[in-house]
Amino acid sequence: MKPERVELTEREKKARSARNIAIALALAAFVILLYVATWAKLGANILNRPL
Amino acid sequence: MAFAEHDLPASAISTAMPRDYFALLKPRVMSLVVFTALVGMVLAPSHLDAVLSAISILAIAVGAGAAGALNMWFDADIDAAMARTSRRPIPSGAVTRREALGFGLFLSGFAVAVLGLFANWLAASLLAFAIFFYAVVYTMWLKRSTPQNIVIGGAAGALPPVIGWAAMTGSLSIEPLVLFAIVFLWTPPHFWALALYSSVDYRRAGVPMMPNIAGPASTRRQIFVYALAVAACALLPAALGFAGIAYGVAAALLGLEFLRRAWRLLRADRDLAPARRLFGYSIFYLFAIFAALLIERLLVPATGVAS
Repeated sequence: MKPERVELTEREKKARSARNIAIALALAAFVILLYVATWAKLGANILNRPL
Repeated sequence: MAFAEHDLPASAISTAMPRDYFALLKPRVMSLVVFTALVGMVLAPSHLDAVLSAISILAIAVGAGAAGALNMWFDADIDAAMARTSRRPIPSGAVTRREALGFGLFLSGFAVAVLGLFANWLAASLLAFAIFFYAVVYTMWLKRSTPQNIVIGGAAGALPPVIGWAAMTGSLSIEPLVLFAIVFLWTPPHFWALALYSSVDYRRAGVPMMPNIAGPASTRRQIFVYALAVAACALLPAALGFAGIAYGVAAALLGLEFLRRAWRLLRADRDLAPARRLFGYSIFYLFAIFAALLIERLLVPATGVAS
């Protein structure tokens, strides 16, 4: 059986790719935020943990 | 996206651009939230690390945006019926209601978690309460049921400076409550001025704003009473000593102009121009009051209640 497909229009493709880029940037920003905030909150204590 | 047996309608594939999601955050409301929260933070006696302060502001901004998205999710029917809001992302068809709901809920959780982890849980609880109060108590309940909707709902918009203070200090005191009171008392004259010249829209949307329920004359009187209250309340920071003379003079002048415009509106008969002028000024007023607090504190850092 041949699967039915929906062909995206140019507008839909463009919107999807713009959303994907925005999500990628937001995720990258979130990674940086956690990294920077962890340093700000804990400082050198980041290394101070039970082994 | 191929589902066998049935075709997806064309509208099932989103054409929303990132800017449509950004519009769900009500960026203009967000800017006032960020500004008042920032003033609450700067006035607070103890200070967080600069990085953590910036992250707290970001969390408060995202929380406010999330509340805006939840409001647009629930109020899509009202927004579609009103000229001012008919081009918002849901009525315009760019974003579906479900997408707005998911976006709003996700960002609410994100904002509260970040504020709790990197500032403190008092501030995070207040942020969660503000989002709940705006999205559920105001939007889902009060807005459609009572002409006191924006009076009580104003508590949500008045919380950001309190959240900012709490993020810095982990506690509350009289100063953030005064800031809360200023925004809270400012809200009714601000929205009722808008409602006076948008009453046709509000009637069509079925929202029981004060001019539609109690009539324009009563609304004008109530606006004047609240204008008196907010002008007086805005003097409290100077009276209580956590702002100085410069702020006191600025607040007095700004308050007198607020009263003059409210008086013009009170005396006006049918003319909607005074309502527009009061509405426009009310935005400037709130911004200027908080700017005066901020500038004075930055120039004269020693005027703390604690000293």
